[in-house]
Amino acid sequence: MSTIVSPEKKAARPRWQNALLSRDAVMVAILIATIITASAMLPRFASPLTVGFLLIDVIPVLLIAMPMTLVIIAGEIDLSVASTAGLTSALMGVLWQSGQSMVTIVVLGLIAGLLCGALNGLLVAGLGLPSLAVTIGTLALYRGLALVTIGDDAVADFPVEATSFVTSKIGATGIPVVMIGALLIVLAYAVVLHMTPFGRGLFALGFSTEAAKFVGVKVDRTKFWLFVGTGVVSALAGIFWTLRYSSARSDNASGLELAVVAAVLLGGVSIFGGRGTILGVVSAVLLIGTVNYGLRLERVSDVVLIIVTGALLIISVVGPRIAEGVATRWRGRRLRARVSPTSS
Amino acid sequence: MTSNHEAAPAPVVLELRNAVKSFGAVVAVSDGTIELREGEIHALIGENGAGKSTMVKILAGVHRPDVATFQVAGEDASFRNVGDSKAAGISVIYQEPTLFPDLTVAENIFIGRQPVNRLRLIDRRRMRRDAAALFAELGVDLDPHRIADGLSIADQQLIEIAKAISMDARVLVMDEPTAALSGAEVDRLFTVARRLRDQGVGILFISHRFEEIFALTDRITVMRDGAYVSTHQTAETTEAEVVREMVGRSVDQLFPKEPAPIGEPVLEVTGLTRRGIFSDINLVVRSGEIVGLAGLVGAGRTEVARAVFGIDRYDDGSVTLNGTPIPPHDPQASIDAGIAFVPEDRRKQGLVMDLSVARNATLAVRRELARMGLISASHEREVAEEWTDRLQVKTSSQSAPVSTLSGGNQQKVVLAKWLATEPSLLIIDEPTRGIDVGTKSEVHRLISDLAGRGIAILMISSELPEVLGMADRVVVMREGRVSEVIDRSDAVPEAVMRAATAAREEVPA
Repeated sequence: MSTIVSPEKKAARPRWQNALLSRDAVMVAILIATIITASAMLPRFASPLTVGFLLIDVIPVLLIAMPMTLVIIAGEIDLSVASTAGLTSALMGVLWQSGQSMVTIVVLGLIAGLLCGALNGLLVAGLGLPSLAVTIGTLALYRGLALVTIGDDAVADFPVEATSFVTSKIGATGIPVVMIGALLIVLAYAVVLHMTPFGRGLFALGFSTEAAKFVGVKVDRTKFWLFVGTGVVSALAGIFWTLRYSSARSDNASGLELAVVAAVLLGGVSIFGGRGTILGVVSAVLLIGTVNYGLRLERVSDVVLIIVTGALLIISVVGPRIAEGVATRWRGRRLRARVSPTSS
Repeated sequence: MTSNHEAAPAPVVLELRNAVKSFGAVVAVSDGTIELREGEIHALIGENGAGKSTMVKILAGVHRPDVATFQVAGEDASFRNVGDSKAAGISVIYQEPTLFPDLTVAENIFIGRQPVNRLRLIDRRRMRRDAAALFAELGVDLDPHRIADGLSIADQQLIEIAKAISMDARVLVMDEPTAALSGAEVDRLFTVARRLRDQGVGILFISHRFEEIFALTDRITVMRDGAYVSTHQTAETTEAEVVREMVGRSVDQLFPKEPAPIGEPVLEVTGLTRRGIFSDINLVVRSGEIVGLAGLVGAGRTEVARAVFGIDRYDDGSVTLNGTPIPPHDPQASIDAGIAFVPEDRRKQGLVMDLSVARNATLAVRRELARMGLISASHEREVAEEWTDRLQVKTSSQSAPVSTLSGGNQQKVVLAKWLATEPSLLIIDEPTRGIDVGTKSEVHRLISDLAGRGIAILMISSELPEVLGMADRVVVMREGRVSEVIDRSDAVPEAVMRAATAAREEVPA
């Protein structure tokens, strides 16, 4: 039976793929529906205050999700992002205590992120090691380095100018000023992924390394720069995190890597590479943020929030599979009905 | 040497008649027939693509035939999976067995059916004793305690054979078992095969080496284009006769190349060597010329092409295009210099199946497409449309995923993608594999047309009529070397087959 169905499976792909292609549209629609529902049901939801808190909450995930999207589309993964952010945060604390200027601290923090990413890149692209193993290793390594750097201390006395800038809003809209920066990064990654030759190559790379080589994609170099990208942006998220909470600690942003990967996958990026869009991922980040914020307004505990995110993710992965399975089975039955009378 | 087997025909142990197996639009086997008797060694031969492997997979239970009359030991057989085939007493020894490297030889033999003691634990002592007994029966010296990792392919095959015997196999199918074996190992394998034959096992032996076939087998069955041709008593036929039957073909299936003026050398490959894969390859392809690279699967044709294009590294030699050296291991540099490569595996190498027709068609020119670093969707579509229209790709839209197209149209998208780079050399590996007959001739016309425009073409093909019909010159490879270069006027099927299969020492340098 399996051998008879297998050629049919190829024929079954288009419909399933078309469904996935329109996934972005579905994601945006679900996001809008969720926002409308929340506004209607929760009296305190539709306000500038909500916009402010919701957006400022999602910024770290939104930022890191951008380079992560590219990494996953290219068929790799980076689980060390939250540790990189934590290491950056720890470094900021120590540097601030040693009396460095804020500008120096930010620059050094970004350089630290760049080095973290470059090490991942070297191990994955240079030595050809699997990124899952490498970044689980550096997840522990960078978090350990953060602990070594700052110990159990927390540095909280960052200058008010810096911390209030991070949480400041654009006029009465409630939109955080830093959101402009975040949007620029989103835009930059969207352009790189969807409008440049480099981005075109990433899809080929994620689908098949061989196919990418045949069109001249420099596989190792490409992967290296992707990891450098995640490192730098993770550092940026770490800087934001530190200033927003005005607290530099070694365990800042811990566990964030899974929230990022969950959002990216919910956004329709294939964990096997070769497929995904920035629009889908941004919608997913905002959807998770909205649901979480809405539930939090209703005083639902954080444990339940994690369950909701997990459930959303599983539904997003399982849903299309079930649809495909049903379609295949139906087609298979039709085929057998067609074949059985003729086969002698 | 086998006269006692000819006198009174032994009972038939396996009979597969009029088998049909198609994959989508491609018919791999249209009329496959094989009859195997107890205690005989029976060769199944044919060119690449004649359908031998599909027949093996039908016997192994990997593929289920669309239509067939299939009997094993007089009973109707219909295998749903490999387990059914094994249960019916059929064992297949592949060219490269896949043992579990971290288990011992004995554990590999009895995997999944280990003898157990009273406590339902594996009885290691008995397992070793049984394994040792099997090796004694086969007359080979192998240590059952040894870890399988690091064993030679020949030893691994023997372990597979021991496993087959322990499962009381009545039929042993050997799929090109000698391809990776040394002379002494071949002799040992043959001794074992003869011993099993004398015990009444029916052995189906698939090989390209006539020398071996004539030394070992009792009967020979020839297949061509997925269909049964004939069965001979080995002692009553000759190599010339079976080669003729393997390649014989009606004229209407030939694909003539239009004559084109042949110009200056475009590609020059000198002394190209990759240790253990191919050595000292010299090739010249001129503008307007089609050079066919022929040979058996595994002769190193694709590997040479990959090295020329820069996908793989090479150890020695040089590649020049229009007189300019091409840097090694840099496909982008090759593309920039004007080399295009249509690879053999469309689904994994030629296309990104999830992407649209337009994206695929422009993937190789994505850098030229960008203006100020950015690709505009409309420009991309224009370029894609231009080339897919020229090649008459049938698609519902430019944004349809390329996976929705038929095999022939997918191949045209691959061609479009490479023609968009406006190459001076086109390397094309198995240009018509897995595409329907109509599109096939369209692709051939296209290749001929490209040569007419002065493009140099290096065509790798396992289909003899394609090579003979299209190529101005045929370069035949065998075991990693160029064994012969045959001009169009001398290129007859027998000559190419002989150059591709003949034993090394028989060939003039």
